[in-house]
Amino acid sequence: MFESLSSRLGEVFDKLTRRGALREEDVDAALREVRVALLEADVALPVVKTFIEGVRERAVGQEVLRSVTPGQMVVKIVHDHLVEMLGGEAEEINLRAAPPVAILMVGLQGSGKTTSTAKIAKLLTTRQKKKVLMASLDVRRPAAQEQLAVLGRQAGIATLPVVMGEPPVAIARRAMQSARLEAYDVVMLDTAGRLHVDDALMTEAEAVAQVVGAVETLLVADAMTGQDAVNVAQSFDQRLTLTGIVLTRVDGDARGGAALSMRGVTGRPIKLMGTGEGLDAIEPFHPDRIAGRILGMGDIVGLVEKAQETMEEDEAKRLAKKFEKGKFDLEDMAQQLRQMRKMGGLEGVLGLLPGVGKMKKQLAQANVDESMLIRQEAMISSMTVKERQRPEIIKASRKRRIATGSGTSVQDINKLLKQFQEMQRMMKQMKKLGQKGMMRGGMPGMPGMPGGPGLPQR
Amino acid sequence: MSETPAEGPEEDEKAEKRRWFGRLKSGLGRSSDKLTGGITDIFTKRKLDEESLAELEELLIMADLGPATAAKVAGDFAGARFGKEVTPEEVRGALAEQIARILEPAARPLEIDPAIRPFVVLVVGVNGTGKTTTIGKLAKRLRDEGRSVMLCAGDTFRAAAIEQLQIWGERIGAPVVAGKQGASPAGLAYDAFVRAKAEGTEVLLVDTAGRLHNKAHLMEELEKIIRVLRKHDESAPHATLLVLDATTGQNALAQVETFQKAAPLTGLVVTKLDGSARGGVIVALAERFGIPVNAVGVGEGAEDLRPFSARDFARGLMGLEG
Repeated sequence: MFESLSSRLGEVFDKLTRRGALREEDVDAALREVRVALLEADVALPVVKTFIEGVRERAVGQEVLRSVTPGQMVVKIVHDHLVEMLGGEAEEINLRAAPPVAILMVGLQGSGKTTSTAKIAKLLTTRQKKKVLMASLDVRRPAAQEQLAVLGRQAGIATLPVVMGEPPVAIARRAMQSARLEAYDVVMLDTAGRLHVDDALMTEAEAVAQVVGAVETLLVADAMTGQDAVNVAQSFDQRLTLTGIVLTRVDGDARGGAALSMRGVTGRPIKLMGTGEGLDAIEPFHPDRIAGRILGMGDIVGLVEKAQETMEEDEAKRLAKKFEKGKFDLEDMAQQLRQMRKMGGLEGVLGLLPGVGKMKKQLAQANVDESMLIRQEAMISSMTVKERQRPEIIKASRKRRIATGSGTSVQDINKLLKQFQEMQRMMKQMKKLGQKGMMRGGMPGMPGMPGGPGLPQR
Repeated sequence: MSETPAEGPEEDEKAEKRRWFGRLKSGLGRSSDKLTGGITDIFTKRKLDEESLAELEELLIMADLGPATAAKVAGDFAGARFGKEVTPEEVRGALAEQIARILEPAARPLEIDPAIRPFVVLVVGVNGTGKTTTIGKLAKRLRDEGRSVMLCAGDTFRAAAIEQLQIWGERIGAPVVAGKQGASPAGLAYDAFVRAKAEGTEVLLVDTAGRLHNKAHLMEELEKIIRVLRKHDESAPHATLLVLDATTGQNALAQVETFQKAAPLTGLVVTKLDGSARGGVIVALAERFGIPVNAVGVGEGAEDLRPFSARDFARGLMGLEG
């Protein structure tokens, strides 16, 4: 949907062949593209303006290194400045206070407070060996308290027993009391979603913060938030003096400009980001990764991590061994197909790659069919073990049987086998090359990856 | 939220309309104060020139229209008026009219065909947009209209989502078909359909788990729900609503585009319009996809789900009285 900044800047700078220092007019032309890229990524306009000014000051007169184009030079300056503004290093949750340390979770409705509460509680329990008590102060949304209780059971974290009809401030007070009596280190208080313009509810949150003496007050915000992120962050900060931000749904495909907006207007650090539905899916904030995404330059680190995460370690070792021997059968190919689907299918994987704007268009033109991955899996499933290990025995009648079994055609089987042969050929070449420079345990010869042996065609 | 419902039916309607507009406006007003303040600054006794046009474009960007749509709307707007003296009121009124024209084709309420029983409404969206709450409100409205409603607690993933829907069911007197957490949503939808059919229920509202549209396996799960429903009734689901959070920025475009592929959408419900987010991305959506906006959510109460009015929305956005 969005063109990557690099390709846009490429167009701007295509006309420029001269070298030397970046001239003001060139920088201005480039910054117009940067501005659009940031706005498309939902960075709030006032923040965009400040940012662009900062980049302009740095870029004008900057010597262009010999090995890069002026466009790449600007991208680098923009990227570095962005990382800096997002906050160089990740800041941890502050627990430096007399226990029980109160952590207050606030935010708009549906931003992911309850899930984040449970995730952070689990993180503190497992990584820092803290004894954590969770309490839900959400008496508004039906079954919200029940939701936290269920998550507590799933994660093995204690939750404050629910007393029906008890108001939020009283629940908070009771949570702190229980924590003191039962020697908890941390109390996590999940609050009801509230609009920053709802004065009554903001006053209630202030009262809660005061009663518990919150050491951390974390704003939970959705990475998909638009221009309003600045208003939300500013209002919550003014009323509750935030200590940090938790960015949720970073596993979506939003470009996440809200991170820069919120950081820009409040100066509060983004401490954590939610990266999935599982209770372990929370990570320290990585400014460089978010910077890349905001600029539409992909998230390579994310891609590699995702590959590692979805590929079981044993499986990776087993495959690596096979590659070493130059043996690669249809069973392995099926394994790769499954893994790719786990990673979000072709588009999911490609979305994380740089320069994807252009490539997605080409993919659409090439009629790449997501469902082909599934059908290929089905074809392999319809084969006997012997056929999978020794595909060369698959001749006409076997092909007919497999096609019938998988609901495909003999042509489809032929295509699959051809693709497999190409992959096998690549594997052999890899073996010759030795292990130098190959991604071990990564994604060797994944079908359909750029540079790989051809995409499945419709 | 705290407003008391009016009594008589006719009066009720009038009052309701006022209330809905008031609420939308008070929500939008907070932010459009800034927007219209900006316009006043730009246009007080000034010619509409390049500079003021750029500023106008920026104001639209701040309402989440996105850079491309903002440029187009501002450009079209300037067309005839360029170089002329314009007052802030003229600008506001004309701009509201232009935005209303873009949105007008999209302002279509959810229509329940009484000939179809059960009329199946599938509710989808990313996490946290307000699907379950929207179903609760929608069910309440349908019950108030005298229809029989059944709810299917198809969000079997999020903890306590089933309980949340069950509480709504109790409040409004609608049976809830529910399984255990982790149960197959497609299987549950199948059971709900069978039961709704057997009991002659008029409308079946199917809740689904929030899913990020870039997760292929979750989108497949959604396709499966639809496939299973179609085993009974080829025309099901008769309506598929995407619930969209008004605070969402440009990602809404990707959401609509991707959900559309897995589950042909018949309409949008835009929630949380009572905050300061202006939901301007609706304008971009209308431009690009022409997808109907069936309703908007302007508060937490059951009565806060309202039909979408293009004119009211556009005028509210510009800080003008209804």
